[in-house]
Amino acid sequence: MSDITREQLVHLAELAHLDLTEEELDRVSGELDGILKTVERVQEIRTEEVPATSHPVALHNVFRDDVVRGVLEQQQALASAPETESGQFKVPAILDGGSES
Amino acid sequence: MNPDHMIRLTALQMAEELNKTTFTSVELTKAHFDHIRQIDGTAQAGIHAYLHLNEDDALAVAAEVDRLRAAGGADAAALHPLAGVPIAIKDNIVTSQQPTTAASKILEGWMSPYDATVVQKVRDAKLPVLGKTNMDEFAMGSTTEYSAYGVTRNPWDLERAPGGSGGGSASAVGAYMAPLALGSDTGGSIRQPASFTGTVGTKPTYGSVSRYGLIAMASSLDQIGPVARTTADAAALHELIAGHDPKDSTSLITEWNDLASAAQTRDLTGVRIGVLEELQGSGFSEQIQQRFDEALQLLRDAGADVVAIDCPNMSYALPAYYLIVPSEVSSNMARFDGIRFGNRVVPEADSTVKEVMAATRAAGFGDEVKRRIILGTYALSAGYVEEYYGSAQRIRTLVQQDFARAFENVDVLISPTTPTVAVPLGEQVSDPASMYANDVATIPANLAGIPAVSIPGGMAEHDMPMGIQIQAPATRDAVAYRVAGGLEALLEDKWGRPLYQQAPEATTAATAGRQD
Amino acid sequence: MATKQLPSIDEALAAFDPVLGFEVHVELNTATKMFSSAPNGFGEEPNTSVTEVDLGLPGALPVVSFEAVDYGIKLGLALNCSIAETCRFARKHYFYPDLPKNFQTSQFDEPIAFDGWVDVELDDGAIFRVEIERAHLEEDAGKLTHVGGTGRIQGAEHALADYNRSGIPLVEIVTKPIVGAGSRAPELARAYLMTIRDIVRSLDISDARMEHGNLRCDANVSLMPKHADHFGTRTETKNINSMRAVKHAVTYEMQRQAALLAEGKTVTQETRHWHEATRSTTAGRPKSDADDYRYFPEPDLVPIHVDQAWIDRLSAALPEPPHQRRKRLKATWGYSDEEFRDVVSADVMDAIEETIAAGASPAAARKWWMGEIARLANHAHVPIADIGINAEHVAELDGLIQQNIINDTIARQVLGHIVAGEGNPREIVENRSMAVVSDDTALTRAVDAVIEQHPDVVAKIVGGKTQAIGALIGPVMKTTGGLADAGRVRQIIIEKLDLNG
Repeated sequence: MSDITREQLVHLAELAHLDLTEEELDRVSGELDGILKTVERVQEIRTEEVPATSHPVALHNVFRDDVVRGVLEQQQALASAPETESGQFKVPAILDGGSES
Repeated sequence: MNPDHMIRLTALQMAEELNKTTFTSVELTKAHFDHIRQIDGTAQAGIHAYLHLNEDDALAVAAEVDRLRAAGGADAAALHPLAGVPIAIKDNIVTSQQPTTAASKILEGWMSPYDATVVQKVRDAKLPVLGKTNMDEFAMGSTTEYSAYGVTRNPWDLERAPGGSGGGSASAVGAYMAPLALGSDTGGSIRQPASFTGTVGTKPTYGSVSRYGLIAMASSLDQIGPVARTTADAAALHELIAGHDPKDSTSLITEWNDLASAAQTRDLTGVRIGVLEELQGSGFSEQIQQRFDEALQLLRDAGADVVAIDCPNMSYALPAYYLIVPSEVSSNMARFDGIRFGNRVVPEADSTVKEVMAATRAAGFGDEVKRRIILGTYALSAGYVEEYYGSAQRIRTLVQQDFARAFENVDVLISPTTPTVAVPLGEQVSDPASMYANDVATIPANLAGIPAVSIPGGMAEHDMPMGIQIQAPATRDAVAYRVAGGLEALLEDKWGRPLYQQAPEATTAATAGRQD
Repeated sequence: MATKQLPSIDEALAAFDPVLGFEVHVELNTATKMFSSAPNGFGEEPNTSVTEVDLGLPGALPVVSFEAVDYGIKLGLALNCSIAETCRFARKHYFYPDLPKNFQTSQFDEPIAFDGWVDVELDDGAIFRVEIERAHLEEDAGKLTHVGGTGRIQGAEHALADYNRSGIPLVEIVTKPIVGAGSRAPELARAYLMTIRDIVRSLDISDARMEHGNLRCDANVSLMPKHADHFGTRTETKNINSMRAVKHAVTYEMQRQAALLAEGKTVTQETRHWHEATRSTTAGRPKSDADDYRYFPEPDLVPIHVDQAWIDRLSAALPEPPHQRRKRLKATWGYSDEEFRDVVSADVMDAIEETIAAGASPAAARKWWMGEIARLANHAHVPIADIGINAEHVAELDGLIQQNIINDTIARQVLGHIVAGEGNPREIVENRSMAVVSDDTALTRAVDAVIEQHPDVVAKIVGGKTQAIGALIGPVMKTTGGLADAGRVRQIIIEKLDLNG
């Protein structure tokens, strides 16, 4: 593990859709290096044979019956939106097609 | 009974007096609002525990309880024991009909169209909701200084932080601005503020309390829990909010009806108490260690079996936590993009959606949130997920195994809740890494999903309170309450009164400026 | 690009072998969404089939629909897949305004079904086995409408987001690379998609209507030089919205890539968009390292364990594979190759099977579904399944004909009345008094009247021109409103004019 480069940081900010100022990039870069030095201790112990725990309390097969329950009124759904039009959420122009499914 | 006396009762005492009609819920609720107005102040001066007050709705609920009780009969008998006792709610728990901001600018003015399951339970039990309490933005922080709406101050010393992220709930309860409050604990956000404000706070077993409607920080660690002045009050509130919720897939199907009685057992004879070697001594302040040792002696004298316990992997808990948390944070924060809810920032008239999202998030999130998003994005991005998140999840298994081994020999584990007392405001903001180190004793319980209660353990450096943490095996929350209640009684006998009564009287008269 | 002459398929294949791959998304027809109890509806008012979960509001948590998992396993079994003993959901992160949480809850390294195959029947009956890599559960995204400009994404002023579709359960079926199809690759593409459609319909887990987006297909196409030992660079064509389009899209991509390679150029790895109007594809987003989805296990959901009992229960109820079923039905019904192919392509095989089960003969069932009912549907511009006539109607209609209560002419009218919503055939015939008149008293009276009115015709008949009887039957039919049994009328006329003697 190495320090995060400036280029990497810019890429991360882009992935996270977060506009960082030059000043923020400088500061975060220093802070992250410090934090990474702390957290890289996780690799000190050999953990290959140890299973990963994603949930603190192991449950499985938690399902919901396929029964329709209440929905939001259209007005409720749209109430908190910054902009709406014709019962829909108004979204600024999308230039690049990117949906996956 | 005069209002000043009323608000100083414990929640269970209030419930008893309400039942005896010594005073009404409207009187009790008004007394709290009067006290809040008197001492809570603003972001600039005072404690500033509340972000929003809910007076009309709270008084309407109180009046309904009074009416039902006065009418008598089946409806009065069916009232929840805590009906009419006011409560405060941390602002990352969604409430319909009053704002929920999680102390972030990005949610300023947001009104949830639905109630969190715990809020629904509180409403069903007819506890007047006083308002929403301050916190670190999205619960990321240990001092409540990362609130976008200004700091909360510690009632014991207004120059010091109340802890975090739930500094608002702890300060409100500690300064008699609410007898009960709800908090959320991801790595100590209930227990550490409890420790810093001389109050009681519990992180329940993961899955004991529904997370539905809790604005997620790190989903696999977050748990809503009670904040109170006594163990018995905390246990009673825990019983009220606990239980299986079909809307939360990680919710446990377990009965939680023995918590309040366990908190009042008092008998500690034969209880096996393990002292975590890794969570004392070096790094822990001298007076905190002294108070802790004195507490151990009290426990021995009361017939408990106190033994040393070794958990070798505990020291890895902190680094693992600080990988799991930002990873999940970077994911959970993604939905805040200014499309469906919240505030939108449009940098230029013809900005694309991508530019709008990035500007919205840049303006809406504070420094600590941004820091964690970037760190988490890094930890999850190509080439690092196994190295970071994967390793951290494996360490989580090791920590669980440590606890499991420990609990083969003891009923509970005990340690100081924090290594130091509350820090002066401003000190940790300048050094994020020191903030993380403060959570060393509270984080392992979140990683393992086990319950942990923090109770006041006495006074330490700078005349500030310190806390003692009791951890129990998963789903054995009652055992933690039994030991916490027992130790609390021993300490109060020794002190002659509860610790919270030793807090200096808050007299801030700053009244201007709150939005309610 | 469009003006340039592309090589023919044969030219394209002279030097290259095509390698195909398909990602098919199947929208499941559960009552509720994958992770919320909102109705799984289509075409409602925008943003009315949503809960806080589907909008990704703060604090909302997902809960898995049991039915969706059950459907996923059924489909996995029908695709001859292994079913995972344990599987999980993961979060796939990318920011896009149709995705409320800016991550899609999907399955990543632990799909519910994997390593299967499906036999695809080509037009000449030949079977081509397609290997399935995996089938996994995930949620659909919302729907964006681009406003302003041309209505396309480029040049639009803004977009509108409707999240009714957000969270509808999907199964994504991913094939292994398909090699060896050669010149039949386009035909195979269409046949594969039809096979998947037939399977999901036979399982009754999806409406599988491509025009409704219930079934969506992305086609991966690459060319490799003949005898090469590794695949060429592939493209992924999206937005394919019909069975026909997948065939054309594969054809076009093979030709386009062959032209590039023939000129010594390289194929760019990218997504491409299919355009029905021009039957061509255009470049979309290049695939790059930026596609960093930061998958990690969904912490708000717990793992799914599938035990043998669960698998056994679903296996036992699995329907016969579609191509086996077609083979059996064709033999049982005795249809010719051509008749059966027409029935299949008219999409009435199921209807005919049900009609026969309800009591009609195979010939009658085919006659009505391929004849008058198809005509009515065509006339109304609706799919035959939506015309409002079911198998019971047709069987009942056939029964009425067999009992001489109505004739074919009347039966056709009855079908029209069914479409108009007047009820079942028996009701219609009764309410409208359409039963063929076979009551001799009434018929005899009608015949008497006609004989009296047409003495000249009677004279011809009696004079030996018996074929003129038709000239009397017609008026009788007319006076009875077409309800008379023509055979009986003839009989009565013969008796009346004493022609038998």
